[in-house]
Amino acid sequence: MAPVEAKPATFDPNLPARLHPQVALRPESFGALAYHFETRRLVFVKSLPLVDVLEDLEHHASAASAVAAHVAPDEVTAYVAALARLFDSGVVDGR
Amino acid sequence: MGADGGLRDRFEHGLAAPICLTWEITWACNLACVHCLSSSGRRDPGELTTSEAAALIDEFAAMQIFYVNVGGGEPTIRGDFFELLEHAVARRVGVKFSTNGSRIDATRARRLASMDYVDVQISLDGATAQVNDAIRGEGSYDAALGAMRQLADAGFGRFKISVVVTSENLHQLDDFESLAQDLGAQLRLTRLRPSGRAVDHWERLKPTRDQNRFLHAWLLDHPDTLTGDSFFHLSPLGAPLDGLNLCGAGRVVCLVDPIGDVYACPFTIHDEFRAGSVRDAGGFASVWRESELFAELRAPGSAGACASCGSWDACRGGCMAAKFFTGMPLDGPDPDCVYGHGESATPAPVTLRPRASRDHSSLVAVGATRT
Repeated sequence: MAPVEAKPATFDPNLPARLHPQVALRPESFGALAYHFETRRLVFVKSLPLVDVLEDLEHHASAASAVAAHVAPDEVTAYVAALARLFDSGVVDGR
Repeated sequence: MGADGGLRDRFEHGLAAPICLTWEITWACNLACVHCLSSSGRRDPGELTTSEAAALIDEFAAMQIFYVNVGGGEPTIRGDFFELLEHAVARRVGVKFSTNGSRIDATRARRLASMDYVDVQISLDGATAQVNDAIRGEGSYDAALGAMRQLADAGFGRFKISVVVTSENLHQLDDFESLAQDLGAQLRLTRLRPSGRAVDHWERLKPTRDQNRFLHAWLLDHPDTLTGDSFFHLSPLGAPLDGLNLCGAGRVVCLVDPIGDVYACPFTIHDEFRAGSVRDAGGFASVWRESELFAELRAPGSAGACASCGSWDACRGGCMAAKFFTGMPLDGPDPDCVYGHGESATPAPVTLRPRASRDHSSLVAVGATRT
């Protein structure tokens, strides 16, 4: 088994990120349901643009640039904060 | 799972697919619990075949139903149980299955421990054999404890001990919690419903008002206890309990029975709440998305007799199944309303209450019931 890198304790939007490979997103009218198959946690993603950001994370050099690609400048702070919460719940992962 | 008001309103209108789907895969059971929601006992020759069941799992996967709650009857009695389990897991449909434990030996425990995405809930309705066996039948306590030890020995991890809270076991909550801790398990408590065979035992087994008050405080003290969101009718007692605090029937929850009929929830197995069948053209997806019954359940409901109650938003009138099977209006209070409004709404006499449309009870039950 490959050594597991310690997960950073806090979310850094300037680092590359991804949707955790054990997380599935199901589209819903309000956004999406995210389910983490390892922790069995269900998370409600309550914004359609946030779903776009999550799906696009791995194509960007940083989480911040993925956010910038999908939301208006005055909303970036709120979306980065949302990603930080999703990082804490294991939905978002570093890469 | 917490949810704010806006999200709860969205849930009232239904989701693209259920969050919590219960699939009872057989009515066959070696026990005859007095409170069985599905009146199980005998296998029905019309049960979904292995290939129909596998196709249904494929449909769950396509709808991105993340996990299903598999029950029965005793699900492990189906000869293709492990085959279906492996089929689901391979398609990333997690399985949480409920069992009485009698068939979980060392080999099966090791097999379960080796599988991802599988959770096991062992049913236990008393922390002592005396309390448990009065409800689940003689020997059922030892069988459940035996299965728990097998799972612990096999390194399964955190299995669940699933308890239906009754007037007879409510004083044992701390004992259940200790048992779970000793075995590395997690405690799950759910509400007794007057459904299936339980209709005949509801008045005796349902917790008293004082017991419900104690239960609400106990749950707030033990936030890690799983509840399946089933005690939301108690939320007006103080702090809301974790969860949706909303009847999820047909909105976020539904039931598929062993012959493929789809009902609004596991506690409303009655023709009035049958939405369709997975055997209909269009399969499960079109039942979920297009059934008239589910459209009605997702439409904004009236608070009815609860409209003037300041706690409407805390419980939204409680459990539809509890009202229906006690013969009470669906737009009124829950029979166990914490303010006693359910009692003043005078439930129908037991003999006049609706009964499950089908009964699969064994013709002979040995040592299982007491009157």
